[in-house]
Amino acid sequence: MADLKVRIAKRCAKEFKDGEFANLGIGLPTMVADYIPEDITVTFHSENGFAGIDAVADASNLDVDIINSGGTYVTAVPRVKYFDTAESFGLVRGGHVKATVLGAMEVAENGDLANWIVPGKKVAGMGGAMDLCAGCPEVIITMLHTQKGNHKILKKCTLPLTAERCVTKIITEMAVMEVREDGIWVTELHPDYTWDELQAATGCELHKDPNMKAMEEE
Amino acid sequence: MINKMKTAQEAVAGIQDGMTIMVGGFLATGSPEILMDALVEKGVKHLTVIGNDGGLDAGQPAGEFAAKTARGIGKLLEHHMVDHIIASHLGVNPKLNEQFAEGTLRYTLVPQGTLAEKIRAAAYGLGGVLTPTGVGTPMETELDELGREKKVVEINGKKYLFELPLFADYSLIRASVADKFGNYYCSKATKNFNYVMAGASDHTIIAPEKLVEIGEIDPDYFAVAGVLVESIVEGEKKWQI
Repeated sequence: MADLKVRIAKRCAKEFKDGEFANLGIGLPTMVADYIPEDITVTFHSENGFAGIDAVADASNLDVDIINSGGTYVTAVPRVKYFDTAESFGLVRGGHVKATVLGAMEVAENGDLANWIVPGKKVAGMGGAMDLCAGCPEVIITMLHTQKGNHKILKKCTLPLTAERCVTKIITEMAVMEVREDGIWVTELHPDYTWDELQAATGCELHKDPNMKAMEEE
Repeated sequence: MINKMKTAQEAVAGIQDGMTIMVGGFLATGSPEILMDALVEKGVKHLTVIGNDGGLDAGQPAGEFAAKTARGIGKLLEHHMVDHIIASHLGVNPKLNEQFAEGTLRYTLVPQGTLAEKIRAAAYGLGGVLTPTGVGTPMETELDELGREKKVVEINGKKYLFELPLFADYSLIRASVADKFGNYYCSKATKNFNYVMAGASDHTIIAPEKLVEIGEIDPDYFAVAGVLVESIVEGEKKWQI
């Protein structure tokens, strides 16, 4: 499982161009930062108030005024800009944060996303997820393809939405998929799986991109 | 020159049972601890609290840097002083879900960016804001914090939610540096809601970590105008690990 998550994080790291400004969610998405190529500079947004989040802090470099959106003490890169919540989410809604990488409970074939309410679980809240999904031009979902064998990519979401028609790309251990006007198109299939296995693990009809290739991690 | 300097007890003396307060901070980073302590000491009840989240409980965050005491809004929750919390995230402090289950606390969730804009609209005289955030989600269909229905407005083919201003009786703010007129700024990631909340309430109280004389530092450093600040309370300390 851990290896599969690394595979997903490594593949997602290839999505970024030099100079981009992006947001990483908590969990698997956070791992993506570890695999950005060294010759590429990506500035990562921390929704609680800065552009330029770096690694988790330790006792030697801890500053109590710097946390990430999960409340963990972190460090910042030298080019950091700190801002208040209004500016932070102005950058998000304005489309200036080019991409957000998030996990999902359900994604629908039209790009609808559900990732903020777990039925029967304690109240958590959306935090900044709704703003990010409504505002970022690219919403990239990184997740395991199924949840204990249950489909997560569906014709229609059953859970309350985080945002409608927002997902642009889905990266799982099985494939890389783009959400287009006419449904979900597979651009890369991992060599460990066949097309039929991928389709069987998916709750809606997938389309094979004419240029579909093998999903590579490195 | 007007004297805004007060003790914490004097500054919060007007906060009565049932009032609405807003508190700066993000998981208690940037929350005015000495003002929370003064409210606990005063023992007010039935508050409506507006903030990003429910602060932290004793022992949070997990790991080597955990605090021994509750922090920020967590102090008010620990003492059962809150009836209604208006926030973007309620999953961290376990006191929240405990009190939801007991039926002593209710909540209204507002997306983080929308929460900031609703407060900013209150501070800066806007009738509301139009935001794409929440369209097609429960934010569109659920009632707002005062039980009002949301309106959807379509502009150039794109849908927006019309979100109304969010006012309070008191704003409680941590500043990193302030002068004695109340001009202030907040360091690094302690800014969060500490800028927009000034002026969104009838009364704004700041608790600066460092207080300087008027004219002592370059006014270009200040982010918020002291004219919005009614009370300044000395004694706030940078959070100690």
